[in-house]
Amino acid sequence: MTDTLDTATEVEWRKLSPKMLAVHPVQEVVRLLPVLVGVLFLGREGHGPTWSLIGLGLAVGFGLIRWFTTTYQVTPHHVRVRRGLVRRRVLSVPRDRVRSVDLTSHILQRVLGLSRVVIGTGRSDKHDEGVTLDALSVAEAARLREELLHQRTVAAEPATTDTAETSLAVLDRRWIRFGPFTLGGLAAVGFLAGIYGKVSSEVDLDPEKFGPLRAVVHEFNAIPLPLAIAASAVVFAVVIGLLSTIGYVVTFWNYRLTRHREGTLHVSRGLITSRSTTIEERRLRGVEVSESLLLRMVRGGRLLAITTGLRVGHGAEHGGSLLLPPAPLGEVQRVAREVYPDGAAVTCELTRHTPAARRRRHLRAYTFAAVVTGALLVLHALSGFPAWAWQVSLLLFPIGFALAEDRYRNLGHALRGRSFAVRQGSLVRRRHVLDTDGIIGVTVHESLFQRRSGLATLTVTTAAGKQHCDALDVGAQEAVDLADRAVPGLLTPFLR
Amino acid sequence: MSRRAVRYWTARAALGWLALTAGQVVWFVLDRHDAGIAHIIGLAVTVLLAAAHLAVMPRWRFAVHRWETTADVVYAQSGWVNRERRLAPMSRIQTVDTQQGLFERAFRLTNVTVTTASARGPIRVHALDDAVAENLVAEITARAGAAEDDAT
Repeated sequence: MTDTLDTATEVEWRKLSPKMLAVHPVQEVVRLLPVLVGVLFLGREGHGPTWSLIGLGLAVGFGLIRWFTTTYQVTPHHVRVRRGLVRRRVLSVPRDRVRSVDLTSHILQRVLGLSRVVIGTGRSDKHDEGVTLDALSVAEAARLREELLHQRTVAAEPATTDTAETSLAVLDRRWIRFGPFTLGGLAAVGFLAGIYGKVSSEVDLDPEKFGPLRAVVHEFNAIPLPLAIAASAVVFAVVIGLLSTIGYVVTFWNYRLTRHREGTLHVSRGLITSRSTTIEERRLRGVEVSESLLLRMVRGGRLLAITTGLRVGHGAEHGGSLLLPPAPLGEVQRVAREVYPDGAAVTCELTRHTPAARRRRHLRAYTFAAVVTGALLVLHALSGFPAWAWQVSLLLFPIGFALAEDRYRNLGHALRGRSFAVRQGSLVRRRHVLDTDGIIGVTVHESLFQRRSGLATLTVTTAAGKQHCDALDVGAQEAVDLADRAVPGLLTPFLR
Repeated sequence: MSRRAVRYWTARAALGWLALTAGQVVWFVLDRHDAGIAHIIGLAVTVLLAAAHLAVMPRWRFAVHRWETTADVVYAQSGWVNRERRLAPMSRIQTVDTQQGLFERAFRLTNVTVTTASARGPIRVHALDDAVAENLVAEITARAGAAEDDAT
């Protein structure tokens, strides 16, 4: 312990790049742009805009303070980040706990040659920024990554790294045809709607007062209802498809997956915001093949890494665990075999679940449909809710049937060699393949209804990825057998 | 489990039901509309549900809950309507905590939580005798300390 403390005092504390001082204010201004537009051009009475400006000033000020107070240090054993003006915090991470290094730079940072560095460690705290350095110069960031993951303490010349890397996958232009099926456009529409909401709330914009928009609204009111619905559906689909394609290109342009000789996987991508993630390969506990319903229609899928130290969950694309963007299924499987030692488990046949599992899927779908229809029917009878509402909700029954059937067909599990594979889901079908060495616990959950039909949900927990992996509705005895085979000796004393 | 757990669960559930009933009574008293019958029916339903819950839940839960440790594994089973069995190898255990609320202290009961490196699936052993919990923590700490790889 004493020697780490000694070295800590010897090694110099490094600062963030001073160029960040130029980027940060602009970044804050851009973020508050809708507000500023409202204030500058359409100023109104009242204190709302004033407060917005004060907020902006504070945000910029804090950014400047951050540069002066944030320092970091890499000692032979630890990475330390020191920050805070009033309340000083030193975050210290043992270097052997560093699992991944993630570099991102948005357009401004790219112009100035800056990179934001996020160092992923084994812990799974999602509500903490962890070890984030915003921002370093590109060369400095690359050097830090080399230092942390490839254990090179001496400054490495970036030019030589290329020879140590072998390319596993590169973006193929033909993959862009999967763009419309990714639904990334939905998020963009939501984002635009959000901006519109913000602007209009600041400046009191009313569509009725705005010439062209009013014309569209009036035109729209003139055509018959079914046609109007069909027309807006088509327009919506086209807009979403277009935005999704643009989103695909922007996010995945220059995509490249490489393997470094020192045992790391390296994903880089991005047209405007460039992002490059480096994952320690021996921490890769498995892979996930994820196919949304739309992607399945065109035989495409995505590949994600199940590894410790990367943020996952909502929008895993933003979390950097993405190994392959939406691409043909064959390509997904090829890359999966490349990166995961037991790649056969990605394609192998899965054991179907029992008919009881199928009954449960159907029963759940119909229960949901019946509850919704019933509620709307009651509302119609009691408070004069329009009748078409419950009539439309009758559609939930055939939709429920289709979904339930598909969900059942997609259920499956397999345990072969050192890999545990499970698949489930319909709207998004996911196949998780997990190395059994990464399993650190087993949970068998049985609800009352599951017990009655002799089923159970087997959850294996892991420190990687989403922290768990479920086999939904397997036979109760089968769940025990599976767990016993996945982690030999673990259950033998108990569950028999 | 300690035998006192049954009484503890009963008391804890009863407190919740009492709060609900009290709320209903207050509403009854303060309500200016003439809906006395509806209130009385509501109260009756609450009391019936409470009685059924208090009679069944603690005993059922006591019958389900169990835990065990061997040299390599910690195992706990919990729930009543929905059941859960959790296992973790000793070698993967990261922390062992005990918690004791004010109410639990009155019944001299302690909960033990065993966590692994996964955010999912901490193992909770509920309502142990204080002394038993202490022994369990000591035992797990000693065994888990011997292991090295935590599979993160």
